[in-house]
Amino acid sequence: MASIDQFRSGSAPVVETIGGDRTMVLNMGPQHPSTHGVLRLLLEIDGETVVRIRPDVGFLHTGIEKTCEAKFYHQVVPLTDRIDYLCPMTNNLTYVLAVEKLLGLEIPPRAMWIRLMLNELTRINSHLVWLGTHALDIGAMTVFLYCFREREEILKMFEMVAGQRMMTSYFRVGGVAMDLPLGFLDYIKNFANYFPDRIEQYSDLLTNNPIWIGRTKGVAIITQEDAIELMLTGPTARGSGVDWDLRRDMPYGGYDQLDFTVPVATTGDVFGRYEIRMEELRQSISMVKQTIANLPDGPVKADAPKVVLPDREKMKTQMESLIHHFKIVTEGFTVPEGEVYQGVESPRGEMGYYVVSDGTAKPYRVHMRSPSFGNLNSIGVMCEHNLLADVVAAVGSIDIVLGDVDR
Amino acid sequence: MALQPAVTDMEALKERPAVACLLAGLPGALQSAKFDRDELTLWIDPIHLISALKLLRTASTTRFTVLADLTALDWFPSEPRFEVVYSLLSYERRERIRVKVKINGADPIIESVTSLWLGASPFEREVFDLFGIRFQGHPDLRRIMLPDEWEGHPLRKDYPVEGYR
Repeated sequence: MASIDQFRSGSAPVVETIGGDRTMVLNMGPQHPSTHGVLRLLLEIDGETVVRIRPDVGFLHTGIEKTCEAKFYHQVVPLTDRIDYLCPMTNNLTYVLAVEKLLGLEIPPRAMWIRLMLNELTRINSHLVWLGTHALDIGAMTVFLYCFREREEILKMFEMVAGQRMMTSYFRVGGVAMDLPLGFLDYIKNFANYFPDRIEQYSDLLTNNPIWIGRTKGVAIITQEDAIELMLTGPTARGSGVDWDLRRDMPYGGYDQLDFTVPVATTGDVFGRYEIRMEELRQSISMVKQTIANLPDGPVKADAPKVVLPDREKMKTQMESLIHHFKIVTEGFTVPEGEVYQGVESPRGEMGYYVVSDGTAKPYRVHMRSPSFGNLNSIGVMCEHNLLADVVAAVGSIDIVLGDVDR
Repeated sequence: MALQPAVTDMEALKERPAVACLLAGLPGALQSAKFDRDELTLWIDPIHLISALKLLRTASTTRFTVLADLTALDWFPSEPRFEVVYSLLSYERRERIRVKVKINGADPIIESVTSLWLGASPFEREVFDLFGIRFQGHPDLRRIMLPDEWEGHPLRKDYPVEGYR
């Protein structure tokens, strides 16, 4: 009988039983609460050991890439929210950066800083949902309640700026939809002051907790070579020692003006990925503080009347603005021929938008390179030859969002 | 930042590491190149795809070790109809390039890159599912997003956005 440690290290004597009489096939999901959406896993198990695992995805496929081809450029923004519903602002940002690159459009500094601020809040929001649900999967109920307490505050902020809690659609090609509401900065300053203590509160509940350590340390190991070979990105890859963060290494949208460090773990296990995301929470709230301190006054939309909708005031008082408003809403704006790939560090990894323009008002093709889709590749190396009970810990640790996988 | 016109002249681009590397190491593989909006696109002859990607991955001047993305484009009704797009990334040199191959619409088939990056497997399955491009040497080429019995490939341009087929 092999010990648990042997199973964990992968050195247990696994009988070559795939497809044989000794194994049984277990279906997990798509309605299983620990699969974070509608992921279906086909597990072939020999006793308590997983000998083969196959993910089955596509239950949430809505053909968003096809729909984009039939919309004007500005109508695509609301669709992007719905891909990765835990980080809507990051999706918005990636898409608008790609289109701005196609247009050669520069945005005013205030819009850039607002985008940075909200993008980092989105990262906190996403990591809080991850931490809460991941801990809940492994059996820690309290953390979930604490995380959702703070997430509620962030959702309130989103509602203040965008009128929507989850599907914000706040960023626009050429800036943001409207300026920050009155009192918003005080609200966010208050949050930024107490949130670092709350991170330590979560950390106190988990980091030295023997059950948590037992369930996460040495579990579901990914090596650095595997991480690159399997196209893993974000905290999942950084947990395996891949020192790469697009915010630092290929800065976009103003990240070169922020001061932050990128945590890297070398253990490659669930605990390593947990530590990285906890540190990212600390870094993100520090970045939010920096954006508040640096936020300049000025316009929040680029001066490009053919692309950016005019202010409501101007639209109702000036003939020219009314014409531009009418033209943009009914005919869209044309984008010069070309193609761009914009990669962004989303909370889950590299989110990339590949936008191709044929010179008309509708994109010829919008392709989303979603981080969860790539990270799902890791499920085989994490789970095969390991214990069945660790599958839930492994799936939780790559922070998967099925809307992002299926699109 | 006003848009600069795209550079497609090979003479002007041959100094770029990726172009120089391919011209020296694999003559005849590079069909054309374009530098537009700070992004370099290379069109590779489909027969040389694997060796070109391998060269770009290992050569010390390029080191494009990471496949960031894999997708396709449909230029219906013109021929060659499809383009498969590989977005490569170099961690060491902090640079991206885009490699493209053109495929005919009549028999869309291309060598699979899963021998170089195992992680490309679901990306190729997605392209197979939604464009109907087959990947030779792929270990498990099945539909991934749509049900197995689905007819047609939705991201093709002759597939309607709405209504009955």
